Amino acid sequence: MEASALQFFIVSVFAAGFGIAISAFGGSIGMGISIRSAVEGIARNPESSGKVTVTMLIGLALIESLTIYTLVVALILIYAHPQASAIAALFGAGH
Amino acid sequence: MEHPYLVFVKLFELIGLGHFAHAYPHVIHSWVAMIILIVLGAIGTKGISMIPTKGQNLLEIIISGMEEFMVDITGEQGRFLLPMTGTVFLYILVSNLMGLMPGLFPPTANLNTTASCALTVVIFTHILGIKFHGIKYIKHFLGPVWWMIPIILLIEIIGHLARILSLSFRLFGNIMGKEIILTILFMLAGLFFAPLPMMVLGIFVCFIQAFVFFLLSIMYFSGAMEHAH
Repeated sequence: MEASALQFFIVSVFAAGFGIAISAFGGSIGMGISIRSAVEGIARNPESSGKVTVTMLIGLALIESLTIYTLVVALILIYAHPQASAIAALFGAGH
Repeated sequence: MEHPYLVFVKLFELIGLGHFAHAYPHVIHSWVAMIILIVLGAIGTKGISMIPTKGQNLLEIIISGMEEFMVDITGEQGRFLLPMTGTVFLYILVSNLMGLMPGLFPPTANLNTTASCALTVVIFTHILGIKFHGIKYIKHFLGPVWWMIPIILLIEIIGHLARILSLSFRLFGNIMGKEIILTILFMLAGLFFAPLPMMVLGIFVCFIQAFVFFLLSIMYFSGAMEHAH
């Protein structure tokens, strides 16, 4: 039981780390594209900077939320998976 | 995980409710947020007059700013929604900002609090749709042509359920992630003020997330009020 729980924990940590890395990769590409467009728009028409900035911030928050979903999944994988109590007992016994 | 030192949980221990407070710190701290908002509102409206004083001026700017922003999106028919959306905005903002004070716990760093806000908003969306369109509200879910109804209905129902998920997970993930980063930085280099730059970013994140929740709830409400097309 303990060996399988430990193996499950190792796989979970591995998946959490790589998931965050991949989602940050995609999210940063999306954010870069949107910021580029906003900066180009402001450079062409500086009077519209207020509205463009607010819209861009909302869009960035929406893009960022997709990465945050991955963070939530990573937290679930590390702290709240079905064998979390077995893992906690394993580490608690080592102290 | 070891629980940090929380002021209000210790307060509840003193009056003999420590068991409840240790099990549900987010409930205790959402009560604190409510008390802060109620006291602020009571103080602000006590000496209300035509020539506003300093405090009344500030509250009027906040309220009228929210109202004008909302009416810009929904149009004049959505002005009556201000008590709902404004309450959501202020409650989430105060709850988020509570996490920056040592000894307090942000209630929005628990999935139960954010899910309760998201459920309120989504259920109120459908109540609004039924109030404005009656039985014709079903047309919002049926799509343009009759033979596509089975596909569109399924997609729309999944989309409406995903609203609850996305609203609650976005807020919870942002605030919880900020809390975890602050804790880790404090454990690594708390003596050298390492968490300070993250706390400045945290103020920004708190405001943006409260604003996004406010904006998305307005979008859902205005989507339910307009005609199906």
